[in-house]
Parts: sequence; structure tokens; C-alpha cells
Amino acid sequence: MAQHPFNEHIPNLRRYAIALLRDRSLADDLVQDTLERGLKKLSLFKVGSDLRAWLFTIMHNLFINQIPRNKLWLQNLQADEAHSGDELAEELVTARDFMHALQLLSDEQRAIILLIGLEQLSYEQAAQVLELPVGTVMSRLARARERLRLLMSGENGPQLWRVK
Amino acid sequence: MSQPQIPNEADLQAYVDGRLSPTHRAQIDLYLADHPEALEQVRAYQEQNRMLHGLFDHVLDEPLPEELITVTSSKQRRGVFRVAAVLAWLLVGGVSGYLFRGEVTNTLVVSTPFTERAAIAHVVYTKEMLHPVEVGADQEAHLVQWLSKRLGHPLHIPDLTTFGYQLVGGRLLPGDNTGVATQFMYQTTTGVRLTLYISVKDESSAQTAFRIEEQDGQQVMYWAEDTLSFALVGEKDRQRLLAIAQLTYKAMSL
Repeated sequence: MAQHPFNEHIPNLRRYAIALLRDRSLADDLVQDTLERGLKKLSLFKVGSDLRAWLFTIMHNLFINQIPRNKLWLQNLQADEAHSGDELAEELVTARDFMHALQLLSDEQRAIILLIGLEQLSYEQAAQVLELPVGTVMSRLARARERLRLLMSGENGPQLWRVK
Repeated sequence: MSQPQIPNEADLQAYVDGRLSPTHRAQIDLYLADHPEALEQVRAYQEQNRMLHGLFDHVLDEPLPEELITVTSSKQRRGVFRVAAVLAWLLVGGVSGYLFRGEVTNTLVVSTPFTERAAIAHVVYTKEMLHPVEVGADQEAHLVQWLSKRLGHPLHIPDLTTFGYQLVGGRLLPGDNTGVATQFMYQTTTGVRLTLYISVKDESSAQTAFRIEEQDGQQVMYWAEDTLSFALVGEKDRQRLLAIAQLTYKAMSL
């Protein structure tokens, strides 16, 4: 049986959702909702256009409209923190700082960094997903990355994750 | 020799993401060689990308959850126990609306230390034949007083006899870091054991609604309320597990 064309994109949608939400259960729900919405709206998909970007667009809109995001991030961060407390490897501490810093970004900044840095969407695809002009994507990406860098270097913003 | 052109913001981002032509890239390399601050930024951004892949690439190799595979297959979309279903079920069960605020989820695969501890404590002590509990149900008043004092919060042991579970007793356990936890054990007449694990919640963590997590093959139902976190382990039937959680929640909020 031929694979449904959506299927090859599921692992990437899932990776993005998990990185975005830090909660596998909600992430899988988000992916599932995305696929279901995609199936329903399939008649609106233009053959020959970018299916991957189209699916990410659906997911992004569901994410923006549906998920109680910030709370979840905070909860899941605590889980991460307690987890890595056992293992003091430098890499894990850095990863934890990174996750914390990522959490301190706005949802929009986090999404843009993940779509481009993790999912390696082109700037044009990201612009489509976020429904923004490419120029705006570029300036927002630059701002988000710089903010993340400053948070990681402790030059700016709260340093609560460095307390211990 | 001409000075390399000052790259704009978009050029630097494209450099980070490896999306420039070799010529353009070389021009920016030249510029960065003379501008340590810009170089530091670019390196940090590249490191961000590296961290993201390090943290999340493994997801791509994971087997997909069945409910995701079945969405696009023509098979009946059955048995998917999801947010809406849980919500509806809980609403039917009459739990007040403030309990969940849209946060009910199920089958978390990510382990959290709290549920892990609850699952481990369950496995360790439900196997115990001689000393499953420290204080038995015959001294229930003492048990409640003792463990309430140690947790710093009044406890009300739920009566689960309507589900066929009799209280066996309880014990004190180490919690996270410096905290303590308690475990109450219940048993059916056929010897099936259920444990209720309670520990003091991290002050800053938000109140959560009922969640189910899979932990070492056990379904752990957990939630947090006020200063405590609760976990129920040992009931295999989800509907019953939810109902028991609901009853426990009510008993504890008395």
C-alpha cells in the first residue's frame, strides 16, 4: 500500500512539536490535530506547492491558537531540571541552561529559531509558515538568536537558572 | 586590497545556516576575521543550531506513536484516548471546571522524576509480602496523623472500597532532594495492589490537572494540588484509574 504523502513529514512535525512544547503528550496531540486538520483541508492544498511548509503552517496556527504554552514550558522545565540534577556532566548543564534560555524567549521567537535552526526550513518556507514577509522573518530571527545568545552568556535578562 | 563589504543582518543569518554561495560565504569569512564580536555572535548562533539538533534529533529515530500512524491510514480512527475524551469524561464525572483549565493530557512518554519515583515505589513495595507498609490500616488514625505531620499538610485517605480496594497501610519515603513522600497501599481481595504516592510539590510548579504517564509499563495517573503532588499506580483500566483519581482528589480536598 502506498504511503500517505503526509507520512514522510510526521517525524519532523513531531520533532518540532516536542521542541516547541516540551511535552510529548501534547506534542503528539498537536501532530495528530495537524494531520487531521490537514486531511480535512486537503482540497485547499495546491498540487505542486510545498506540502511540508503547508503542514507546518497548519501546526503553527494550531499551536498559536490552542496550546496553553507558557505554563507547560515552566512545568516541563522543572522536570528537566530535576532530571539532570543527578548527572552533572558539563554537557547536560549546558543543555539545561540552553533549554531554560529557550524558554525565556517569546513563543514567536522560539518558533522561528526552531523552524529554521532545527527543522531547517528555508527562509521562504518559514515566512509561509509564520505568515510574515521574508524580511520580517530575517529580522525576527536575528533578534531571537541574539536574545538567546545573551541569555546563554548571562549578559542580559534573568539568570535564575544559574542559581544552583 | 578592498575592505570586505559589511554584511547585513540577513547575510549573517544565512551564513549561520549555511545558505550562502561559496563566494558570498568567503566574503563574510573575510569580514569576520577582522570583527571578533561579529564572529563571536555567529559562532554562538551556530552553536544554538548544534544544541537544537543534539537535543531533539533523536525524536526523528523514534517509532511513531500508533495514533499518528493511523491518522492517515484509511483504518477507522479508533480508540484514541485524547484530551477531548478525557475532558468529556471528567466533566461527566462532575469534577468542577476549575480543575483542569484545558491542561488535561495523557500518555506522557517523557519521564518526570515525581512519577518515576511513584512507579519505582510501587514496584518495590507492592512485591513485598511481609512488610508492604510501615503502619497498617488497623492504625489508620495514627497513620494519617503521622504522615500528615511529615508532609506538613493534612491528608485524608480516600476510601476506595467502591473499586474493591481495601487500605493496607502506608509508609514514609524519601522525596526529591530534602523532601519526603508517602505511599498508601490498597489491595483487592484477589491481591491486586494499588498505590497512592504523595509528595510535597515544588513551590513554583503550576497546578496540573490529571495526567497519565507510562512508567516502566505502569500507567501512572498524576496531578498536583495546593502544595502536594499525587500519583496513582497499579490500576490497569484507564476509566477506573481516572475514577479513582477523581475520588482521591475529592477526598484530599475535603
